[in-house]
Amino acid sequence: MDTYQKVTATVKRLIEAFLLVMAVVVFNFFLIQMAPGDPVEVIVGEMGGASEELIAQMRAQYGLDRPVLEQLGVYVGKVLTGDLGYSYYFNTPVTQLLLQRLPATVLLVMSALVVAVVVGTLAGTFSARKPDGMGSHVVTVLSLVGYSAPVFWIGMMLLILFASIWPIFPVSGMYSMRRPDGIGYYLDILHHLVLPAVTLATIYIAFYSRLARTSMIEVLGQDYIRTARAKGLPEGKVVWKHGLRNGLIPIVTMVGLQFGQLFAGAVLVEAVFNWPGLGRLAYDSILRRDYTTLLGILLFSAILVMIANALTDIAYRWIDPRMRKVKA
Amino acid sequence: MNTDTLAPDSNLVPPPAAKPDHPLRETLVIFLKNKAAAAGMILLLIVLVGTIFGPALYGVDANEMVWIPLSPPGDGTPLGTDYLGRDILAGILVGGRVTLIVGAVSAVMTIVIGVVVGAFAGFFGGRVDAALMKFTEFFQVLPSLLLAMVLVTIFAPSLTTIIFAIGVVGWAQIARLTRAEFMRIGNLDYVKAARAAGARDSYLMFRVILPGSLPPIIVSSALVTGASILFEAGLSFLGLGDPNTLSWGLIIGQNQNYLLDAWWTVTCPGMAIFVTVLAISLIGDGINDALNPRARKRG
Repeated sequence: MDTYQKVTATVKRLIEAFLLVMAVVVFNFFLIQMAPGDPVEVIVGEMGGASEELIAQMRAQYGLDRPVLEQLGVYVGKVLTGDLGYSYYFNTPVTQLLLQRLPATVLLVMSALVVAVVVGTLAGTFSARKPDGMGSHVVTVLSLVGYSAPVFWIGMMLLILFASIWPIFPVSGMYSMRRPDGIGYYLDILHHLVLPAVTLATIYIAFYSRLARTSMIEVLGQDYIRTARAKGLPEGKVVWKHGLRNGLIPIVTMVGLQFGQLFAGAVLVEAVFNWPGLGRLAYDSILRRDYTTLLGILLFSAILVMIANALTDIAYRWIDPRMRKVKA
Repeated sequence: MNTDTLAPDSNLVPPPAAKPDHPLRETLVIFLKNKAAAAGMILLLIVLVGTIFGPALYGVDANEMVWIPLSPPGDGTPLGTDYLGRDILAGILVGGRVTLIVGAVSAVMTIVIGVVVGAFAGFFGGRVDAALMKFTEFFQVLPSLLLAMVLVTIFAPSLTTIIFAIGVVGWAQIARLTRAEFMRIGNLDYVKAARAAGARDSYLMFRVILPGSLPPIIVSSALVTGASILFEAGLSFLGLGDPNTLSWGLIIGQNQNYLLDAWWTVTCPGMAIFVTVLAISLIGDGINDALNPRARKRG
């Protein structure tokens, strides 16, 4: 595949991603249509009632009296300019609200992802060296536990253990009441981050250790590994250097694809730890029946996931020669 | 291809010398010998018996205030009471019904949608495939839990909505799997033979190809069932379950604020979810090992 083809493939992938975003936007619009009540009803409710005329006037002002298709057009136009509506509960434009909450979620999700990938890969590789050994069974059992326990419950168990029985970590939130200055500020956030990140990582440690184990058992059975061993290389070098290099490929692929699920897990973890991110926002907006914000989060996270997927895809096309003929 | 033996005149076909072992028999034997799977079966059996007969045997109303709120296990009640003084054990026994029913029904829905979409995409290929796969991709980019939350919130929380929401968000993986199996098996000789013999499309899809592609679908069905139960638990925990029916997730969610003072209120219901999903995972692993023995050491 030459550069020209790579560029066309990349452009095509981007167009596909864009069309998918538009599909999500339209889908979102119809969900909003189906949600009980509209902004005017909310405002009227807060005003404590209004006359029929005033309601009709406000509906006209918000364009709610227009045909559905026209409203859809207006909505798509607004979304394209980054306007996701106005949250009457938080009294802020939804886009601004989302951008405020995004960093906390990204911090949580990324730390959990790093922990999960590193620990999972190490555990999986370790257990692949002796597939029937004791260590291997321990990894299998632990990954089963990680798969089967509800993530919010793991979080609560950690809270009971490390915030109550042995109180070394804070119970909730991202900052202490009295925010320290300078380096202390970041250490304080880190201190709050440990439990939520470990909780979110648990399920993915299970996932990645299994994946790494399967992948490494396969790689370690290949001829070039036998050759490396026959050359007399130390076993550690064979496994961790020659083996892992190839064993990592499926793991890297999954990291890109797992993004969306990580976001979903973040909702539950943020609800348990009161972590001020998008997930907590989703939880709060459900409690307040704030549909505009809720649907904004859905659209926003779908777009993030799509960007992550498209980037993984494109990166693969440019990096891995074996992907050249495989349709992703 | 040997078409002679397919001749309608059965007199020409020599009688088989000995009936070969049915392949399912071998699978069953491997499955039954698997200790982990057996443990899973026993655990699941305990959970089922507990939720079906437990409430009647225990005889305590899970919705009544029966004791001092937040009293610890052993102090009047076996597993303690929640913030309203309701018996936790009674809640666990009754709450399992909702969790298990929602988990099972939505898993069936997930699997049916996934298999049908995947079957059509894999069987017809071309434009049908492209369109259906775009449709699938659409559902894969929407974070599943968020979508389910949105659906349940918009259509008012009830058992039907929750089942529907879980079914709608989880089928993409099954569809991809089924599609891949249909594409692989669709090119095998026996399918070509059936096609050449004039079998209709629907017959080919569901009578010829589907049986062959069942093993991986069955294995992931176990995973889907476990995931659906976790999903239901997550939704009820967030307060999106049916508020009038007690479920494991709901008990945990309602007692969340008292967790540091009364660990038993969340620990025991969570343990129930964990044990149930663990049992199903163990059984799923066992089925996987039995259906493809070569991969047994692949974990």
